[in-house]
Amino acid sequence: MKGILVSYDFCTGCHSCEVACKKELGLGKEEYGIKINELGPHKYENGKKTGTWEWTFAPMLTKACDLCASRTEQGKMPMCVQHCQAWCMAYGELDELVKKLDGKSRYAFLTPLES
Amino acid sequence: MIIDYEEFENSIDPKAYHKGEWRWEEDGCTVTRTSHYSAPGCHDSCGLLAYTKDNKLVKVEGDPLDPAANGRLCMRCLDLVEAANNKDRLKYPLKRVGERGENKWERISWDEAGEMIKAAVKKLEDEGYGHESIFVANGTGRNTVWQVPLVAAALKTPNVGATNLSGQSCYAPRIFGTFAAMGDYLVTDVTQACEKRYSDPKWEVPDVLVVWGNEPLKSNADGFIGHWLLPAVQMGTKIISIDPVLTWWGARADYWLPIRPGTDEALALAWLNVLTQEDLVDHEFINYWCAYYDELKEHVAKFTPAWAAEISDVPEEDIIASARMYGSAPKGAIQWGLAFDTQVSAMEMCVTVTDLMAVCGNIDKPGTMKIIRNAFDVDAGESTSDIFCGSTFNKKLTAAVFGCEGMEFNGSVDSDAVNVAMESGEPYPIKMMWSQSSNALACMAFDAPRTYRAIKDSVEFCVYADPYMTPSAVAFADLVLPVSMSIERDSARTWWTPLRTMKKCTSYYEAKSDEEIVVWLGHLLNPEVFNRWPTAMDLVNDYIETALAITDENGNAVKPGFDLSFDLGADQRDAYDIHTKFRPIDSSKTAFDDLTESSCGYRYDEWNDTYEKYDKGMLRPDGGKGFNTPTGRIELISTVLPVWGIDKYPVHHENQQSVKWLNDPEYRKRYPLYCINGSRSYEFFHSEQRQMETMREFHPEPLVKMNPKTAEEYGLKEGDWVWMENECGRCMQKVTIFEGIKDYCLSAEHGWWFPEQEGAEPNLFGALDCNTNNLTHVYETGSHNIGAPRKTVCVRIYKVRPGDTMPGEQVTRLGGFRDYVNREY
Ligand code: SF4
Ligand code: SF4
Ligand code: SF4
Repeated sequence: MKGILVSYDFCTGCHSCEVACKKELGLGKEEYGIKINELGPHKYENGKKTGTWEWTFAPMLTKACDLCASRTEQGKMPMCVQHCQAWCMAYGELDELVKKLDGKSRYAFLTPLES
Repeated sequence: MIIDYEEFENSIDPKAYHKGEWRWEEDGCTVTRTSHYSAPGCHDSCGLLAYTKDNKLVKVEGDPLDPAANGRLCMRCLDLVEAANNKDRLKYPLKRVGERGENKWERISWDEAGEMIKAAVKKLEDEGYGHESIFVANGTGRNTVWQVPLVAAALKTPNVGATNLSGQSCYAPRIFGTFAAMGDYLVTDVTQACEKRYSDPKWEVPDVLVVWGNEPLKSNADGFIGHWLLPAVQMGTKIISIDPVLTWWGARADYWLPIRPGTDEALALAWLNVLTQEDLVDHEFINYWCAYYDELKEHVAKFTPAWAAEISDVPEEDIIASARMYGSAPKGAIQWGLAFDTQVSAMEMCVTVTDLMAVCGNIDKPGTMKIIRNAFDVDAGESTSDIFCGSTFNKKLTAAVFGCEGMEFNGSVDSDAVNVAMESGEPYPIKMMWSQSSNALACMAFDAPRTYRAIKDSVEFCVYADPYMTPSAVAFADLVLPVSMSIERDSARTWWTPLRTMKKCTSYYEAKSDEEIVVWLGHLLNPEVFNRWPTAMDLVNDYIETALAITDENGNAVKPGFDLSFDLGADQRDAYDIHTKFRPIDSSKTAFDDLTESSCGYRYDEWNDTYEKYDKGMLRPDGGKGFNTPTGRIELISTVLPVWGIDKYPVHHENQQSVKWLNDPEYRKRYPLYCINGSRSYEFFHSEQRQMETMREFHPEPLVKMNPKTAEEYGLKEGDWVWMENECGRCMQKVTIFEGIKDYCLSAEHGWWFPEQEGAEPNLFGALDCNTNNLTHVYETGSHNIGAPRKTVCVRIYKVRPGDTMPGEQVTRLGGFRDYVNREY
């Protein structure tokens, strides 16, 4: 199965994936194929991480994402992956991508609805 | 880890992305592989694939085969289609028909525009004024920096530069500071000078990165794409963040040092104190390459971490621990930014931090600070006007107007001196102004209300050239000229490396490119000089081949580039040869075509792609080892500063408002908060992109960050509009609650105007209403008029109420702010 691996500790919330996708899918205002969730900034006052900051950005796919089927057919990268400024996204077969997991960042797999 | 550069390169399908081709047909469109470099603006030039059809830009994507940006466009270039085809674009030259400020215009031809300009210049001459009474205004470092000084050359004036940018307080102080200490400039080395990028076997990952006084991810400033740093972070670079505001870096840092605004120099001196006292320095590097280490050590002995803690409001133990972390790192880099320049200690700060890099040996070694120059020595900048303006050169408005002593090293005009000339007519009045790609009233100018009066009351004829109608043009212009966008121009860039071309793909009504405008104007007014460039393309080729240098009467080459060693009389490089180091691959082609067609629009040079240039005899004009300084070493106590009339021992200075804030309880009660002016966002570069719908969808209004405690104290909540006010004026922005800021600081955005609103006065597209520069003042600068306090203004805040007088009304109709700001609330 194909999908996108995100090493989201490094996501900067730069919105490039969001805009790249909107343009590719021809979406309008408030419509997205991929959307960044933002948590924080917030300083932990409890638990083991007390005194440290949480400020995390992470993308999620919407119903509109088709994994850039027409682009990948032509050998091009999905728009969001191609433009990811933080180099924190990779596209491919999930069983290949899984080899990149190293415990040094938080990771997430994103897989869209099959059309 | 996701970054694996070789894997990335190998994964790019050469057929799908047309490797090696610069133009092809695809899906009924013509696709052009080129670089973007304003308009719309930014300091960088990312490689992109432009899809055009029927003379229209229809689609843009990043070019993964471009080593400079690897296809990773930011949201602004991804939205270029909206910029290029925007309904607000200027199509024809426009002549003012109503009063200034009424926003009433009539379409005229370029010929008629030319006649108007000629008549204005003739009038000025007939009235007995010299051409120095013409001020040419440039904006920030976009693809106008080498062109607009030629407007000054056409108009035969030496006065070209920024509008009310007191203290040249953007970027220039960092350049002057490193030049004073070591004769060259330094940038964080993240492989940008090497075509192989992150797979360059010479490169090493920095161990520690200090992100100081900027958010590079958002600002992309000074020819440095902030996200270049991300692969290094993925590869293990540790972070120290020095910033009053929490950024992406601070939240991921080993040490975040939230200093009181404007106290960076105290902290820098204390770091030097720790490094020298604890002997965390690189003695080998110091012995070989530096001078005056003992003198530096003695000078900083008194600047203890305890002393700096008191001033900077950062705990002493954090200052010590972070200094140790930086000093112990084998490879350290300091990503320095605008805050270095926007304070009165700017010169001191920039030499001190150069010393911090030098004593640790973090100079031109892989993964540290790289010595960088413009690729192939293609250097043309503001001083181009100096060699072409003729006899008016000696009348240039410099810091000498303020009695600054020492040799003049600032190639640009002193903008406070221009303001004096406008307001007082001394040493001569400013009668005419030409502004190209600068929206000073909304963005660059300190004290926007004062700027408004100064220009409006003094300048009799004013030309604006821009792709859009701007608030500044409505307020001041008598004639507005439409400018092409990047996609509509044949142009070239060297700001650092690589050398790049921008290939014209479309045209837009009667808009002319910046190159076409200067050539047109030059032929009209100064054909003697401009006959050298029959067409705009000739100018671009000459820029690449000679950087517009000339030969003087003795046969010596005179180069317009920013080169202090030249001023110091030391530069004997290529004394008779005006050519740059650029040589075409295909010599049957012009320089521009060769670059565009033979190497897909970019070329890296060997000089920048070399490490430890001081050990290879690459820095000094005499070809010897060492640095381009009087002693041939990095001067940890500079011998150049005294020549410039600046004390060679750097110390910390506070700006006037901070002095009062610290020492006068009444003042502090009145203006209890610091407003840190100019927080960046991904959507906008300075005042640009406000017309682009998608950018405004993401970021509709100006936001001021506020600590939850501050908000509670003032009864404010998320989304409330709030006035920020001090003795200079007031402006309003929308509150956003943010934990990562001290409770006595606010962080506000700059450059806001609203193209969708009424353009005529009093509103001026709302450009004065949210303008944080209403809170700033001119004439307060640092040593030799360098550096000015933009990010250290003290304010009070209160909620905006219905019926409040808008700053636009106050400034354009009610005579400014002086009457009501002293009233109590
Ligand atoms: S894969 Fe394509 S469609 Fe899916 S989110 Fe990314 S850009 Fe949008
Ligand atoms: S492009 Fe990459 S870094 Fe930017 S918001 Fe999307 S996932 Fe994050
Ligand atoms: S606007 Fe963004 S994508 Fe365009 S050149 Fe600047 S940094 Fe690159």
